[in-house]
Amino acid sequence: MDEKKYAKLEQGMSPKTPLVRNMVFAFLTGGTICLIGQFISLFYMSFFDFTERTASNPTVATMIFIAMLLTGFGLYKKIGQFGGAGSAVPITGFSNAVVSAAIEHKSEGYVLGVGGNMFKLAGSVILFGVFSAFAVALIKTILVKLGVVSW
Amino acid sequence: MVRKGLLTFKTMPSIATTGVTAGPLEKQSPFSDQFDKIYDDERCDTKTNEHAHAKMMEDACMIALSKVDANPSDADYLLIGDLVNQMTPSNFSATTLAIPYIGMFSACATSISTTIMAALLTEMGMSKYAVAGASSQHNAVERQFRYPIEYGAQKPETAQWTVTAAGVAVVTPQKKGTPSITCATIGTAVDLGMTDPLNMGAAMAPAAADTLYRHLKGHQTKESDYDCIMTGDLGKSGFEIYKKLAGNKGIQITENFRDAGAEFYGDDPLFLAGASGAGCSASVYFSEVIGKMMKGEYQRVLLIATGALLSPLSFQQKDTIPCIAHAVELTMK
Repeated sequence: MDEKKYAKLEQGMSPKTPLVRNMVFAFLTGGTICLIGQFISLFYMSFFDFTERTASNPTVATMIFIAMLLTGFGLYKKIGQFGGAGSAVPITGFSNAVVSAAIEHKSEGYVLGVGGNMFKLAGSVILFGVFSAFAVALIKTILVKLGVVSW
Repeated sequence: MVRKGLLTFKTMPSIATTGVTAGPLEKQSPFSDQFDKIYDDERCDTKTNEHAHAKMMEDACMIALSKVDANPSDADYLLIGDLVNQMTPSNFSATTLAIPYIGMFSACATSISTTIMAALLTEMGMSKYAVAGASSQHNAVERQFRYPIEYGAQKPETAQWTVTAAGVAVVTPQKKGTPSITCATIGTAVDLGMTDPLNMGAAMAPAAADTLYRHLKGHQTKESDYDCIMTGDLGKSGFEIYKKLAGNKGIQITENFRDAGAEFYGDDPLFLAGASGAGCSASVYFSEVIGKMMKGEYQRVLLIATGALLSPLSFQQKDTIPCIAHAVELTMK
């Protein structure tokens, strides 16, 4: 049997990824996380001296903290299996990637283990996140200079 | 007579006893009441997962040897393996056991490749007690091959769960009342271009079907001669593909076809396609199958353990997954 023939047979027999179901669950999970974030943001704005703009920093920190606890208690991977991209894309997913790697490598010590491996999953998020932010900012700067849009 | 990969054991070495240990999660396996020891702690009260891995193997060997009233010092050979880099868990347990040792790697097919080598040493008259087996520990293996344990990645339905278990067999010269090893088939590595490490069943299925076909043809037996033909860890989806491939080769698929990985965790959807790992086939073969043979429910069985010969590096470099399947035939007379 050649590879092409086998790939065809395998695709016909392996269970299909339930795309629609996964997308609905991702939407609901991601939406719920964002809703919680919104409440936390409102909390900081109404009880502390934060504006809509400045409330984002403590909100992000709080979300990261909650996700860290959920990861430590082994709950975030369950949310991940259910929510897929919905739990991976928000900042909580980033927190999960960092904390899970840190927990995993604690057995190799704090410097080479935790320190060296903490960003092994999240490192590429930082790299490409910073790079895309730079690229987008560059485009906008050029457009503003040309007078197409304003800040 | 020289025959490609086909072995016949004239002296019919016996599997005198077995020893199986497993982690706490494996309590829910339908086979768990046949395991010799189940730990309450996934790290077996040691500091690291890797130490737990070694301890499970050590305990399985000690239990198996104690059942024939033997000590590690009586054993002639220790042939074991696992999936961790450089097989350190096996190496560490070999240090403690101090039995002359060769670490063997055939991924998840190690349970059978080691049994074949033990049978060969026994057949040659060079071993009285050879301990063969394999083990895997979920956390230690997953961290190496996949993501961190607590990372929330969504797994597809074809993904399998690495078991925490160790299984060993003590191979001795022919002994009445125990299953004997009559023949075996060494598999050839088969690669049909599968690349997804979360669908290893599909990658391994062709290797299993190939070895099954070669065994039946080479040893001139029929699928109906066996009370059970059990594959190692194809999982639910891989098992279906394997049966289809075997059917295409003209093999009659019956109820006697079983897969240890597909059955290991029952129907719990949490485990998706079922179990995998070197400890999967080892723990089921050396508890469920040997147990049924001792009780007389099975007279003749064919065990085909399957292994995916990939490394985390090879699949990141987009290489395909070569797979292997080794088969051993046991009879009870």
